[in-house]
Formats: sequence, structure tokens, C-alpha cells
Amino acid sequence: MTTSYGKYGGQFVPEILMPALAELEEGYQRYKDDPEFLKELDFYLKDFAGRETPLYFAKNLSKKYGTRIYLKREDLVHGGAHKLNNTIGQGLLAKYMGKTRIVAETGAGQHGTATAMIGANLGFDTVVYMGAKDVERQLMNVYRMKLMGTVVHAVESGSKTLKDAINEALRDWVTNVENTHYLIGSVVGPHPYPMIVRDFQSVIGNEVKEQIMEKEGRYPDSIVACTGGGSNAMGIFYPFVEEKDVKLFAVEAGGSGMATTEHAALHSASLSVGEEGVLHGARTRILQDKYGQILESHSISAGLDYSGVGPELAYLADIGRLTPCHANDDEALEAFHELSRMEGIIPALESSHALAYVMKAAQSGELGNLVVINLSGRGDKDLETVINLEKGGKL
Amino acid sequence: MNIPDKFSELRARDESALIAYVCAGDPTQDATEGIVQALIRGGADIVELGLPFSDPVADGPTIQAASGRALSAGMNPDRYFELVKSLDVDVPLVCMTYYNLIFKRGIEKFVLDCIDSGISGIIVPDLPVEESEELAECCTRNDVDLIFLIAPTTSVDRIDMILEHGSGFMYLVSRVGVTGARSDVAESTSKLLSRVKTDIPKAVGFGISTGKQAKEVVEDGADGVIVGSAFVDIIASGKDVNARLEALAKELKDGILLAK
Ligand SMILES: Cc1ncc(COP(=O)(O)O)c(C=O)c1O
Repeated sequence: MTTSYGKYGGQFVPEILMPALAELEEGYQRYKDDPEFLKELDFYLKDFAGRETPLYFAKNLSKKYGTRIYLKREDLVHGGAHKLNNTIGQGLLAKYMGKTRIVAETGAGQHGTATAMIGANLGFDTVVYMGAKDVERQLMNVYRMKLMGTVVHAVESGSKTLKDAINEALRDWVTNVENTHYLIGSVVGPHPYPMIVRDFQSVIGNEVKEQIMEKEGRYPDSIVACTGGGSNAMGIFYPFVEEKDVKLFAVEAGGSGMATTEHAALHSASLSVGEEGVLHGARTRILQDKYGQILESHSISAGLDYSGVGPELAYLADIGRLTPCHANDDEALEAFHELSRMEGIIPALESSHALAYVMKAAQSGELGNLVVINLSGRGDKDLETVINLEKGGKL
Repeated sequence: MNIPDKFSELRARDESALIAYVCAGDPTQDATEGIVQALIRGGADIVELGLPFSDPVADGPTIQAASGRALSAGMNPDRYFELVKSLDVDVPLVCMTYYNLIFKRGIEKFVLDCIDSGISGIIVPDLPVEESEELAECCTRNDVDLIFLIAPTTSVDRIDMILEHGSGFMYLVSRVGVTGARSDVAESTSKLLSRVKTDIPKAVGFGISTGKQAKEVVEDGADGVIVGSAFVDIIASGKDVNARLEALAKELKDGILLAK
């Protein structure tokens, strides 16, 4: 059994969890090609999530930037982001494996909401851990989760954000491992999570393959996706990894600058400037100080605000298959406005980073003539943040 | 003194070990010497000194808070090794920390720093056997014990694999969950003790806080009792700390000695 991607990945977890990871891997291998499981997965993706999502030709953007730009409309998935693709897959897997309880972490509340949806639908006891700071910043999503019967715990430890929510979800899992599935929200964590989440999110890239062939008769020159943990990026990249002519761009949050203070980075660009280390069960690139203490990260978008990144992205970056890059808070905010104004689509602040990178890079020609952007989510959840910023508030 | 010698000494007296955990530098670096001495006066046979990590996933609220206090007071790996080196003790010292701090320092350097500062064993709660090859090899080469955990969820096959790699003592986790004091001893403890068949000493930890619990665990067959959060709670209270640490260590050791 290979648990790694080159030197990255692995299973750096307490002994208590090792049997649970083996059980999960076994369950996944058993059901991933099981006709009944696949039929149910297909049903949920179609009738519950609303797939397939359109591949939309953004004619106004294309004209302005002088290249053909398509948007993969994950913002139209039920819940408003790609996150549900993964929670449907893992939720069903947990059900087939006989679990009765699911726990999850959430940053912005998008993954928590997507977990709450499938949790309610499949009848799980559902518990979501969310940093106390994020609970404050994302009251709407907290309420959405509660409406669907999920118990939301505000995490008061550490920096009170996503990384601390993951710590707390792991502690819950360690304590309740017998009946509980940890439904992790991105391609991070110990093996087999990066693989499972990637596979469930690959529906994005698989659809793009067919759609772009139908519309353009060829594969795109570049695919651009924002990258926090990396699930929407791996989801759209993975089916194209072997298509060597398609360039892959992973856009991280440049935050308010590519620098660090003693305990915190001003950005979340672990793939671009992080160093090798071990966080949340995996060896990957992380933001850390010279001793290996984890640095807090920063981004205007809560969903990208994370000190680590999926191990497979670190591997693909090392071998030169994907290009890590970044867009900062201001650029993302500008892109947020521009897409709203020009195309009538309000993007999530996370996805706005991918848009911002295309707006920056299109002129240089590095993206080629045919670009697909993963529009990972819609911006309704971010309106309060943006309104506050425009009133002169702080992030 | 190293860990195997300590256990031989205790075995000769038909006695089980009290292994005390505290977080180095909690609440300050200056406090640690007095704390360690109090634990030893009370009867601690081995002292585990936590090297605090920013994201201690295997720890409950008590030790998380201790790590936070120590980090805020400026603890870091350089200072940790200086501090440990300055301690005037003749019991075995064990370093307990998370893998990223070892990885970042460089495995070889970390192990050499342990030796140089007088540490004879290392416990890494987020490093299962499967990921331990490099560190284990380095520890073996340098005669440092790498201590592995065995949990109630660990299968027979895994137990065999862990026993093959572990040395010093086996750290049996008495219950599923994170560290933290509890009022009872889990039923799973005696089952786990009987499932792990080895000549390597078996020490039980996670949740033990009283002399009565310590006695029960030893009666179930433990060669050592590991207590952490109960000591850390005293440190956190800030009241009469060293006297109370000594008294609790004495209560625990008395419980251990009463066991038959
Ligand atoms: C809309 C949206 N895009 C992207 C992300 C980042 O996650 P990932 O990098 O796993 O796709 C999030 C996370 O909450 C999100 O809500």
C-alpha cells in the first residue's frame, strides 16, 4: 500500500487512529467501484447537488483579457461551493461503512455547511468544529449548519481558526473513533484522505474534459484554481495531470504581503513559499518558524486561510507539473468586483484569487489562448466581509 | 541513568515505576528545575519533559494549555536542550514532543542534542511505527530509546510490529481519547495489559490521577504508571505548586507500592 506522493503524504497520526485509517482505506477500496454505491453517488451528485455544473464561456472577460476564458461553475452546486462533491462521497462511504456520527472541521463554514447538508440528509449525528474567530466572522454559515441539525463547536484553542478546528476534530475522532467518521474537507490530512477527497472532487475535471471537447474540440492551454488545502484544485487538475500540454496553476492567497512576523505569516502561500514539514498527519509544505512551530496564516478569504496544503500538490509542484502562484487580498477583491460587474456572477473570495491571477497573467501570454478557471464557489457568503472592508473595517 | 537500568533496578525490588510528565518551561523556564526536583522527591522514577508544539493534536485541554503557557514564556528547542542539560537529576529523562519539531531540527541533530543534554528516551505521539524508520534507526545507532504507544484499538498484528521496534518501555494508552485526568480507570486497561506480551516494561498512561488508580493499574500488571495532566493541573493552579506536586507524586508512588 503506498501512502505517499513522492516524499510527501504519509500517516503521521496517534496510534489510536492507525486502525481507523486502515478501515477507511479498506472501506474505500471495497465501495469505490461497487455498482450500488456508484448508483447512489450518482443520484446524489445529480439530484441533490445539481450536477453537472456548466462550463460557461465568459465572453466579456475573454474580450477584455484577449484570451478565451471559461468558468467551471462550481458556484452553482447546492450550498454554493464545490465542497458538497466531497461530503456526498464521504457521507455515503461512512454510511456504507456503518458509521453513525460524522465530525468535520470548517474554516469559512463552507465545508461545515456541506457536511451539515449530507449529515441531515443521511441521518448522521453531525458535529462541526470551527475556530471561535471564524464563528464570529461567519455567523450566517453557523446558522445554516444549526438549521440543518448540526452541532457547531467554537474552538477556543490556539489561533482559533481552521488549523485549530482540524486539531479539535482530530481529537474528537481519537475519542469517538468506533462510531465516528472524520469527514475532512480538503485533500489534506493522513493517507487515505488526500486520495479520497481528490477522487470525489475529480468529478469537476472529468466534466470539464468532456465539456471543453464539445465546445472547443480540444483541451485548454491552462487550468487555474485557487488553493487553500487544494481540493477544488486537485479536483479539476487531476484528470488532466497526464495531459502534459495543459498547464496547471495553483493560486494561493498572497494575503497582505509575502512576509512573516514571529508567529504569523501575512499570507497563506504554503505551496509557494512554505517549507517541508509535518502537519495534520501529512508530510507536505507548511508555514512554520525556524523551530518547526506552525505559523498562523492570513487571507481575506477564510477558505484559503490555512498553514498547510495537500501533499499531492506539493509533489506535483516539486516535479514541475503544476505552477504555484499567488494573488493578494487587494487583487482578489478587485477580481471579485470585476466578475460581478462584467459577467453578472458574484464569485467567492476564494475563487476570486484564481480570477485575479488570470487577470494579472493573461497579458504575458503564459496562460495561452484557452483558459479554464475553477469558479469554486459563489460570493453571497462573503458580502458581509466585503461590506465591512468597504466601510473601512479590518479583516 | 538510562531507562533499562532504571527498570532493572526497580524489578530487583519488585517495584513498578512512577513516570511523571510535565511540560518544560511551564509556566516559566526557571520553574522547571524546582518542579522536576519536587516530582523526584515525591517518588518519580522517570521524568518526561514535554517540548511544547504549537499544534498538539494528541493532547487534551490541560496539556494544550501547558504547551501554550510554555511557548508564550519563550520555550523553544534550543532553550529546551539548555534547560534539560542544566537539570541536576539522576533519574532517566524522556523527551515527549511532536514530529515536526524533530523533523525541522534534523533527526540526527535532534537525537545528538538529546544525548548531549542527558535525555535517554523519546516519545512522539504523532509518529506511528510506519513513519518512524529514520528516527528509529538514528536512535538505535545512538542508544536512545524510542518509545511507542499502543492503544486499545491496536490490533494483535500491529502490537507485534510495534514491539519489534520499541525499546525502553511500551506506552500503553489506557483508553481511546486524548490526554487528561479522569476519575476512573478504563476497563480496557487490564485487557490491553494482557494483550501485550513482552519482556519490555509496560507503562500505562492517559487519565491516571490518583494513588488508587495507580494501584489498580499495577495490580493489572503494569510495570509503570504514567501521570501527566494531574501534575500539570497543579502547575496551572499556581498555588503551592512544588509542595503539592511532591505530595501527589508520593500518593501515586505509595499506591504503586501498595499493589500486590
Ligand atoms: C469557495 C471555496 N473555494 C475554495 C476553498 C478552498 O479549499 P480547497 O483549496 O480545498 O478547494 C474553499 C474553502 O472553504 C471554498 O469555500
